Amino acid sequence: MRLSYLLSAACLAATAIPVHAAEISDGKVKIGILNDQSGVYADFGGKWSFEAAKMAVEDFGGTVQGAPIEVISADHQNKPDIASNIARQWYDTEQVDSIMELTTSSVALAVQGISAEKKKIDIVTGAASSDLTGKACSPYGFHWAYDTHALAVGTGGALVKQGGDSWFFLTADYAFGYSLEEQTSNFVKSQGGTVVGAVRHPLATTDYSSFLLQAQSSGAKVVGFANAGLDTANSIKQAAEFGLVAGGQRLAALLFTLAEVHGLGLEAAQGLTLTEGFYWDRDDQSREWAKKFMERTGRMPNMIQAGTYSAVTQYLKAIDKAGTDETEAVAKNLHEMPVEDVFARGGKVGANGRMIYDMYLMEVKKPSESTQPWDYYKVLATIPGDEAYIKPAESGCPLVAK
Amino acid sequence: MIFGIPIQAFLGQLLVGLINGSFYALLSLGLAIIFGLLRVINFAHGAQYMLGAFAGYLLLAHLGIGYWPALILAPLIVGVTGIIIERLALSRLYDIDPLYGLLFTFGLALVLEGVFRYYFGVSGNPYPVPPLLAGGTNLGFMFLPIYRGWVVVASLVICIGVWLAIEKTKFGSYLRAATENPSLVQAFGVNVPLLLTLTYGLGAALAGLAGILAAPVYQVSPLMGSNLIIVVFAVVVVGGMGSILGAIVTGYMLGLAEGLTKVFYPEASNIVIFVIMAIVLLVRPAGLFGKDA
Repeated sequence: MRLSYLLSAACLAATAIPVHAAEISDGKVKIGILNDQSGVYADFGGKWSFEAAKMAVEDFGGTVQGAPIEVISADHQNKPDIASNIARQWYDTEQVDSIMELTTSSVALAVQGISAEKKKIDIVTGAASSDLTGKACSPYGFHWAYDTHALAVGTGGALVKQGGDSWFFLTADYAFGYSLEEQTSNFVKSQGGTVVGAVRHPLATTDYSSFLLQAQSSGAKVVGFANAGLDTANSIKQAAEFGLVAGGQRLAALLFTLAEVHGLGLEAAQGLTLTEGFYWDRDDQSREWAKKFMERTGRMPNMIQAGTYSAVTQYLKAIDKAGTDETEAVAKNLHEMPVEDVFARGGKVGANGRMIYDMYLMEVKKPSESTQPWDYYKVLATIPGDEAYIKPAESGCPLVAK
Repeated sequence: MIFGIPIQAFLGQLLVGLINGSFYALLSLGLAIIFGLLRVINFAHGAQYMLGAFAGYLLLAHLGIGYWPALILAPLIVGVTGIIIERLALSRLYDIDPLYGLLFTFGLALVLEGVFRYYFGVSGNPYPVPPLLAGGTNLGFMFLPIYRGWVVVASLVICIGVWLAIEKTKFGSYLRAATENPSLVQAFGVNVPLLLTLTYGLGAALAGLAGILAAPVYQVSPLMGSNLIIVVFAVVVVGGMGSILGAIVTGYMLGLAEGLTKVFYPEASNIVIFVIMAIVLLVRPAGLFGKDA
């Protein structure tokens, strides 16, 4: 009796394994979402990005080439050493096939290095540094959503055009802040503007009044915040308090997304100019998807979360087309396939791994203009992808033939 | 010109330093009172500060209770939760190694922060400046937001008030006596356990008060306390553990020192306080106002 039971179970199990699964390593596709889930960037991507990744898998049908898809996540606490340990463990012992999201540039650079060494695919949506597809590019590394160059061109360019030709920077004192300040400065100067000064503040500072007074006395027309997350929210709130805006200076939040606008409130955020690659209220398709996201998370997605959805979807499409999850074949497809989904329209991936697509220049609405919850943006302009992003040949990526 | 910067900008920075010093003084005051009497290093102080700000925010968002009533209610709420925590848990740890009190309050802070982060996210929520104190005034050398001026005045009044209450009143004399020798004070018929409970409640309420005062200035965020608490500990150490006057004076002084660093070498502004702490500990291990053990 028991023997026949076992036999039939074995037969069942055997028939349940589909033919194609042999092409998928370990019989399943495993994606790791690695980001900040408890620190200053936990709203910027956080567990909401994990939720977006799970939505992408469900919408894809839960299997690819007959193999089940699994998404796991971990909190790297914005520390490259912790992130590197998790990445190695995932690749070495937990059969993770690719790591995505990777908020914080220092972390993304470290994990992209490990992924290249282990010959695994990583897709960065949460980090900003354009070095990821520049001098630190990888044949298996991809950068979705945005980068420092796109932010500099978008927000910097728009304000210079409106007459904001002298700038003062408030910069977060680490790699990301420097690179954002440098690229924005270069862009402002190339458009005929000047940079009158800059001040560097430590990450997670709470009081900015001292720095804001320096910005105020500099007399610059635009005060650029080359910081992110909670730091930017506090800077802007206090800039209003010290009368910078009332005194005629314009504020440029160089990296600011829907999540931070929501945290700051329209009263304090109104009139800000910012650059994002996605807005939930863009068209019917984005509204429908965002509504589903809202039902699961209680919040509307920003470009990091929507970008993670897009990255996971594109990765699965690439596996499906290749018929295998073998890294070279999937990377080849990711480089060649156009990106056409709720997030990006007409997106293409450069030889340096940069996903090039149109960005939007937004202005935050006044409280009186907002007609429903999360109705925060007016779209001022669409920035064509080829303007927003560095051309692969000029990116400094050693993999690109000049 | 002073040190190469215009005198006007210099005065502005001094004033900004004073404003930050007000928060440091208010927070380190509560910490010093708790340590002085309970010998507990209250790591939950930052979380209690955050709780005060959130109490204000929730009162406004859900009950429509504005800033002025919240200025009383928020410290009360935080104080009462402090009393409950002391009665239920902290009071059981007095007889064992002080390390346990530290660990317990540290764990409590992590739990509180985690719970608020789960429900409110880290970006925080805005809290408006009350209309009466909105706007600012031009002092000639800087634009002073009226609310910031109010914070300096309020914190000075509270600090001096608490100091007087402890130095000059009968209740204060019990407190000071119990700090010196609790068993002797108990023998005189003073209910020392009750005194301890009320002291912890008072310390927590002061943290809550600092929280509601800070709400209109900073984002009301679950992380707001942990960003500040380490600095406040340094203030207490520099002032002399348990010294109330030391905590107040050092709070303002370090606020000024930090403000000046932000002008001359901003990158170091988050470590200057710890450099000062290290120097003070080398020269005067008991702190500037502490009594040598």
